[in-house]
Amino acid sequence: MSLSRRDFLKFSGATAAGVAAGTGIDLAPVEAAATSLKIKEAKAFAGVCPYCAVGCGQLIYTRDNKIIDIEGNPDTPHTLGRLCPKGAATIQLSNNPLRPTRALYRAPGSDKWEEKPIEWMYEQIAGRYHDTREKYFIEKEKDKDGKEVTVNRLEAIASLGSACIDNEECYLLSKLNRTLGIVYHEHQARV
Amino acid sequence: MTTNLIDMQNSDVIMATSNMAENHPVGFQWVMKAKERGAKLIHVDPRYTRTSAAADIHLPLRSGTNIAFFGGLINYAIAKNLYFRDYVVHYTNASFLIDPAFKTPTDLDGLFTGYDPAKKVYDRSSWKYQVDGEGNPRRDNTLKDPQTVFQLLKRHYSRYTPDMIEKVCGIPKAKFEEVAQLYCSNSGPEKTGAITYALNLTQHTNGVENIRSLCMLQLLLGNVGRPGGGVVALRGHANVQGATDLELLYHELPGYLPMPLRDQHPDLKTYLERETPKGGFWVNRPKFMVSLLKAFYGDAATKDNDFGYQWLPKRASADAYSHQHMFVDMYEGKIKGFLADGQNPAVGGPNAKLTRAAMAKLDWLLVVDIFLTETAEFWKAPGINAQDIKTEVFFLPAAPAAEKDGSLTNTMRLIQWHDKAVTPPGDVHSDADFFCSLAHRLQKLYAGSKKDRDKGFLAANFTYGAKPDEPEMVEVLKEINGVATEDITDKDGKLVYRKGQPLNSFAHLTDDGKTTSGCWIYTGVTVEVDGKLVNKAAGRKPADDKDYLAHGWGFAWPANRRILYNRAAADLRGKPWSEKKKLIWWDANAPGQKPEDKGKWVGLDVPDFNAFLAPDAKNGDKPFIMRTDLVGGFFGPLNDGPFPEHYEPVESPTKNLLSKTQINPVVKIWKVPDQKNELAPVGSPDYPYVITTYRLTEHHLSGVMSRYLPMLAELHHSHFAEISHELARELGIENGEKITVLSPRGKVHVTAMVTHRIKPFTINGKTVHQIGVPWHWGWKGVDELPGSRGDITNDLSATVGDPNVYIQETKAFVCNVKKGVV
Amino acid sequence: MVRTLAMFTDTSLCIGCRACQVACKQWNELGLEVPEWTGGYQNHAHFTDKTYRLVRFIEEPGGKPNGDLAWLLMSDVCKHCAEAGCLDACPTGAIYRTEYGTVNINQDVCNGCRYCVSSCPFGVVSFNESTGTAKKCTFCNDRIHNGLGPACAKACPTESIQFGFRDELVGKAAKRVEKLKAMGFKDAQLYGADAKGFLGGLNAFFLLLAKPSTYDLPDNPRLPQRNVMVDSLLSIGSALVVGLGVLLSFRERGKGGPHA
Repeated sequence: MSLSRRDFLKFSGATAAGVAAGTGIDLAPVEAAATSLKIKEAKAFAGVCPYCAVGCGQLIYTRDNKIIDIEGNPDTPHTLGRLCPKGAATIQLSNNPLRPTRALYRAPGSDKWEEKPIEWMYEQIAGRYHDTREKYFIEKEKDKDGKEVTVNRLEAIASLGSACIDNEECYLLSKLNRTLGIVYHEHQARV
Repeated sequence: MTTNLIDMQNSDVIMATSNMAENHPVGFQWVMKAKERGAKLIHVDPRYTRTSAAADIHLPLRSGTNIAFFGGLINYAIAKNLYFRDYVVHYTNASFLIDPAFKTPTDLDGLFTGYDPAKKVYDRSSWKYQVDGEGNPRRDNTLKDPQTVFQLLKRHYSRYTPDMIEKVCGIPKAKFEEVAQLYCSNSGPEKTGAITYALNLTQHTNGVENIRSLCMLQLLLGNVGRPGGGVVALRGHANVQGATDLELLYHELPGYLPMPLRDQHPDLKTYLERETPKGGFWVNRPKFMVSLLKAFYGDAATKDNDFGYQWLPKRASADAYSHQHMFVDMYEGKIKGFLADGQNPAVGGPNAKLTRAAMAKLDWLLVVDIFLTETAEFWKAPGINAQDIKTEVFFLPAAPAAEKDGSLTNTMRLIQWHDKAVTPPGDVHSDADFFCSLAHRLQKLYAGSKKDRDKGFLAANFTYGAKPDEPEMVEVLKEINGVATEDITDKDGKLVYRKGQPLNSFAHLTDDGKTTSGCWIYTGVTVEVDGKLVNKAAGRKPADDKDYLAHGWGFAWPANRRILYNRAAADLRGKPWSEKKKLIWWDANAPGQKPEDKGKWVGLDVPDFNAFLAPDAKNGDKPFIMRTDLVGGFFGPLNDGPFPEHYEPVESPTKNLLSKTQINPVVKIWKVPDQKNELAPVGSPDYPYVITTYRLTEHHLSGVMSRYLPMLAELHHSHFAEISHELARELGIENGEKITVLSPRGKVHVTAMVTHRIKPFTINGKTVHQIGVPWHWGWKGVDELPGSRGDITNDLSATVGDPNVYIQETKAFVCNVKKGVV
Repeated sequence: MVRTLAMFTDTSLCIGCRACQVACKQWNELGLEVPEWTGGYQNHAHFTDKTYRLVRFIEEPGGKPNGDLAWLLMSDVCKHCAEAGCLDACPTGAIYRTEYGTVNINQDVCNGCRYCVSSCPFGVVSFNESTGTAKKCTFCNDRIHNGLGPACAKACPTESIQFGFRDELVGKAAKRVEKLKAMGFKDAQLYGADAKGFLGGLNAFFLLLAKPSTYDLPDNPRLPQRNVMVDSLLSIGSALVVGLGVLLSFRERGKGGPHA
């Protein structure tokens, strides 16, 4: 969803009022024509800060599919548009030259990464999951009384993460792992 | 968290045991607001931090002595008669009588009844209520019977005197009494206090009992379910709550349903019989479980095949598969393939050296992350020869939240939707895209399989919307919410839900296969209004004077309740305990459930209670609806005892002064080959100092989301350890010079930050030094900022665990400190 | 001039989180800066051409009303002085006062002479080698001219940085000092709130919990030009040489870092 220009103006008004803390401030845009604002013609999207679990509402401003500014959303009842330094730095998670944008592969014993097509990667990864599952799947075993029972368990693949992915993604991963039989299934709740 | 950050402004006293100002700064504004209104802030922390700077009182205690401290407060509140008696008598199990055979550590030198020293487990057969002829617990509302929970509790904590607290925790007696009086006197109908915690309490070998001890104090003071009260659990990462609800955890399925065990749960019937209690809201567990199976396996889940229950993996043991088990087993070669998705265990997990050594034993490793983490590049670690590492490694670049749609659940159970603001660059995809892409390719590989074990996976749907490999997130949220699998009508034949329609409430889930729900506590997050899907997680109505808890902003599970157990905000008759502390109350004149009825719970929050159950009806006065006995539990069900008892951390500079039982008698200590998990003995002269690990405002967890960001990475000069002026003098260390911190597992080189904010403790008459080391650093970072790289603090910590959930003990262990790089 | 705007930084509410420092850097797109060791958490040691907001961390044993250690946390910034040394010293007219009372450097006009750098009593103005111009806090000039508050004030989680009309904020600040004194913060004081005080008052003024020098602020700041005149009477050196001396002394002071 992209917020309309009207929404943007509403947010900017809310910002001024919020920061002025009840002074009823009305800043006449005296130099508005001369002083351009980089987010003025930008699209604003509703975001949630990806750092700690306070869950600060953010406004993400974009232009030409590039994020140009991220700041707090003043309407957020529990955070009131404020951010911490991490929240204020969120833009560098996206706009960052250190960020890899290609799928990478490192062969056994190699000392370097190789860029690979994403489809090749998906096929290879699916192959590893399949072959490992076929080789090590435990369909039946004896219970504590020595009776053979169905356990449909895959212990040879472990899955870790993540508290930084969305609920829907957590659910999909739970569903994928559990339907495959994976039992080493954790995330950083305890880290 | 039982409460809501906004509500913290209503507290009369706040005890921060976590470092809230640093780790949850924006949430901390409500603490500052409470302070402006006259509340006092107490900060209990071994270190003086930015939270201490804002506090009225900073109370340093030696790491690893939390139960002694909370036990001391419980003892103080009882001895000085400062507890909230009406609340305790009626809303908790304080009045329940316990089996006469049950004995506490006061009588058994640190042990509870039933300890088996050979197996290191408890026989818990005496840890139970006395029951009457009908099976109901026997009670004594005068609380005088020596077998009441209250009297046992009193006797148990009678040893936790201010003198004992001084010796164990290193808190001077007068300072302890000042804090105890301040906190405990803000109790009763007119006053409430809140306590915050985070991993400061959980990362111990008695982590779960630590939390219980603070909850017990809150129950004793009547601080649960009331405005300004509560247990403020502060999660460290954006979706720890959601990932826990959706159960990326070894021991559970989404919605806190136990993950089946081979020996206990061979079939669905047995599972449901064993796991469904006779009382409390969990009597509905069969509906939640069957609806989950329907969400997983779709039409293939039928009544005739136990809804596909046999396809679910069955755990071989409850003592298996946790994070720490994972890396021990990986090191021993049991695990061949490993997915690290948005997690960096090479830095973040305990005993990180073991973690990296374990990954070298894998056949293949797949890392999905925003940056190339130390986990992705463990084969490039300093001192490692890449040729020796035979693990095949795949890396997929992942999209941060701003580049995808989805919801995150914050620390107050609030589900909030975020929009995709930009399309990610290059081959970057969301994790959801990857999971579905992988599932589809795997389903292709398994297509045509006739094996029963593959049928469940083949039946599971991973297509949401028009593009199979690019799922529509709102459709996934709808599956989590749950839908009707066929038209559902009421008893008069009127259509209630059309086939495929999302359900409004978990109260409508059934155990006959007519409903699905991927996580029952989220039901109600997506609903249909006038034929249109409404995503309540995307609700954007701000708070106002009539609704300070802002019920129109996002959706808080369960059922949009903002403060849990809020029936406890009213007295037995349903009236607010006081005007000042009102939240929900019984309105006898409000329209009832049926046209002919009157009476309803109303107020400032959605009742966490049957809205039409009158206070004088059966169980109308029992607020703790998730518990089998419907009351708050002082007497609890954990593996290490029904009451929290102080034991020393596995590594400690001192003997346990409270009993001869040195450490948690049922603790989990892993034996790892090749000296990969060596432990220091009690009072080891080689490792004389206590060490605690912690986080900084400017960094995030293992550093993946901060060390690569110049704006954050430039805010700290380099990896450091905080040490006291006293210890620095003893060791001849100057502020800013390099030092070496050593433990039996490893060593790190860091900058010494010599500070007044760390002080030595006097423990049983002897000086004990403690140091603090943040754990954000690893060998990767920003080239222009050499200080963004540093040694891995978790190379120092051990593989030891709590007996309930196997959490590690990284908040209290021992180390040595040497001047210079050695 | 329209009604004067101000930022009131109440250090008694600061939790040292540095949201202001990063929000400033993000909005104004200031570059990376290598930190130096300051003895504690503070980075950077002083204002630079890439750091316009700077949180100071000062350990003060016995500084709390109950005698406990105080950790004084303060978000420092350009003061936007009513009598601004930088503006007085600027030979090109690049430094100007906006209709809101804030002080700005027109980057197109600045010729890089650096007189402003030595003229600031607070060590705020810095020189950027790549642009060849002087840099400092702009009071988010682009934002205030478009109805938005400064980025630092907006981000601040605890309202330690408040933005609004100066007259209103001064009244609020005075009440706050009284409250803090009643709570036992005996050294609580306003810094730069008084328009009749030093430099005609600061449009970014502060509430401090200790004497100004504790925070590396001059107790009674004066315009260097006026120092120069006094000094000229007492010495034979040229005004330029003395001005350079003032510059050096400010840089040294600025580098002092927190009291560890």
